[in-house]
Amino acid sequence: MIKLRVNGETKEFPAVTDIAGLIREIAGPDPGPGIAVALNGEVVRRLDWANATLHNNDIIEIVRATQGG
Amino acid sequence: MVEDGWKIGNLELTSRLLLGTARYPSTQVMLDAIAESGSELVTIALRRVALDAPAGENIYQLLKAAGRHLLPNTAGCYTAQEAILTAELGREALETSLIKLEVIADDETLLPETEELLKAADALIHRGFTVLPYTNDDPVTARKLEDLGCAAVMPLAAPIGSGLGIRNPHNLELIKSRAKVPVIVDAGVGTASDVTLVLELGCDGLLLNSAVAHAQDPVRMARAMKAAAIAGREAFLAGRMPRKFYAEASTSLAGRLSLAGKK
Repeated sequence: MIKLRVNGETKEFPAVTDIAGLIREIAGPDPGPGIAVALNGEVVRRLDWANATLHNNDIIEIVRATQGG
Repeated sequence: MVEDGWKIGNLELTSRLLLGTARYPSTQVMLDAIAESGSELVTIALRRVALDAPAGENIYQLLKAAGRHLLPNTAGCYTAQEAILTAELGREALETSLIKLEVIADDETLLPETEELLKAADALIHRGFTVLPYTNDDPVTARKLEDLGCAAVMPLAAPIGSGLGIRNPHNLELIKSRAKVPVIVDAGVGTASDVTLVLELGCDGLLLNSAVAHAQDPVRMARAMKAAAIAGREAFLAGRMPRKFYAEASTSLAGRLSLAGKK
């Protein structure tokens, strides 16, 4: 069990150990392009999602491309 | 008409219009408006993924499929720190180093927070971004942004979303006359004649969003904006006649009928 702050919400994730797992949990197995993740204020490249181990109280931002001006 | 291209950083463009993708009545209207406008570069925002809601359509894929270059923005950022992280996320999500840098002071005016803007611009340029900063129509700030290494400057014509049109053409002209990078007027445009005026002043381009999205017929307005841009740029290249304070007859007076009593 790990407790994370994701997009401003504190939540417990029973089965998550790394960024790749967290993305699967939130966006499904195929999140598609146009999505990016920051861990404690630093962007984690998509290639490194599976290697980015998470710890209690990590702060994660997950954003996607949306309509904007 | 001679092809008249221009460049932002290494990106070569033909259309003078950049188009925002927000607040259209539907996604299809947005895509049709983009197509009609001829814009090659469209803006995109980055927003938090909802933790408990389905993602909906993938706007990134739709715009890529439409063959457009993408310009991520930092809309809604109040500090350099927020803008820098948003820009980094945009570069990762959209695979481009272009960034429309927007750091605003407050919700009511949406005017730029200049100190934070300069700080963020400097940091992002050092991180390898091609920075297009949204700024006041202030020639001094525009010069500072250019000196930092911004690839363009984007002075406002009027407050974001106001549709008030070109409030201070003299400042825009002054910014353009001092700049070596493209000047792209961003924000405040209301209708097609505003686009023509900006390009007649010699500015390089405009970024439009609400003027198209909030028109009663956005697709038709996009078409009008395209025509207006062509007219304005052509008029600028043609070189307007000098202004005079008195009339000058266009028909020659030589050989005119002259009756008694008049010289």
